[in-house]
Amino acid sequence: MSPTLAALGTTDLIALLTSATLFSIGIMGVLLRRNAIIVFMCVELMLTAVNITLVTFSRVHGVEGQVLVFFVMAVAAAEAAVGLAIIIAIFRHYQVVDLDRFRVLRW
Amino acid sequence: MITDFLFYLFAGGATLGGLLMVTRRNPVSAVMFLIATLFCASGMFVLLGAHYVAAINVILYAGAIMVLFLFVIMLLNLGHADWRDLRTPFGGLVGGAVAVAFLGLLARDLIGDVAPLAGSGRGAVMSVTAVEQGPIEAIARPLFQEYVVVLEATGLLLLVAIVGTIFLARRRSA
Repeated sequence: MSPTLAALGTTDLIALLTSATLFSIGIMGVLLRRNAIIVFMCVELMLTAVNITLVTFSRVHGVEGQVLVFFVMAVAAAEAAVGLAIIIAIFRHYQVVDLDRFRVLRW
Repeated sequence: MITDFLFYLFAGGATLGGLLMVTRRNPVSAVMFLIATLFCASGMFVLLGAHYVAAINVILYAGAIMVLFLFVIMLLNLGHADWRDLRTPFGGLVGGAVAVAFLGLLARDLIGDVAPLAGSGRGAVMSVTAVEQGPIEAIARPLFQEYVVVLEATGLLLLVAIVGTIFLARRRSA
């Protein structure tokens, strides 16, 4: 066991396990689903999983992890706004949000 | 002891909510389960001692971003589930491989060397800082001192995001 993990308690290990599981669920969603909105939500789920890991390690390594969570959330907000605007623009063109239908970069 | 039980409850709830979110066909139910997952994550944040993060998780994520998702679903009238939206099995294969590799790495790190799960060292640094300065000052101080350039860059990023969003969602009246 690495020194960092040895300094953590049982609940922290459960938090890391939950984070890994949520991240894997998010990856599965991104790779498997076709609905662009749900794919975006899976990306948000992966960001939340990363936030859980950062908070858990901030208990050992100091409060900087929580500062990083703040930045992750700001980037997530920007990403959600721009991504949903792209989805709206694509929906106006194709009338669907099916990711398999988006094959060209420019029209 | 009760906090440990609550923590396991929140962890299980977050995992269950994530699973249900990915498997829902209707986007509105998926948003609802993602909100449940985010609330459970906030509960975990509180029990891990990160009260400020828990608060902005509920306010920013569950409150603002998820409402934005719901708003777009309503705007585009996507609240029905009449088309198949699973991709080819290849994506599932890759996703499953990544998940197994990820969990395997964690398991190897946990089980690789037989050491007892130390409960003594947990929260040492965090609790000292939080008790001395309070949960918000402990975050605000590094945010505005060491990370002030990053903070300004984040502000610039949000400005760019706003301008880009307005440009992208604008109705082209040509």
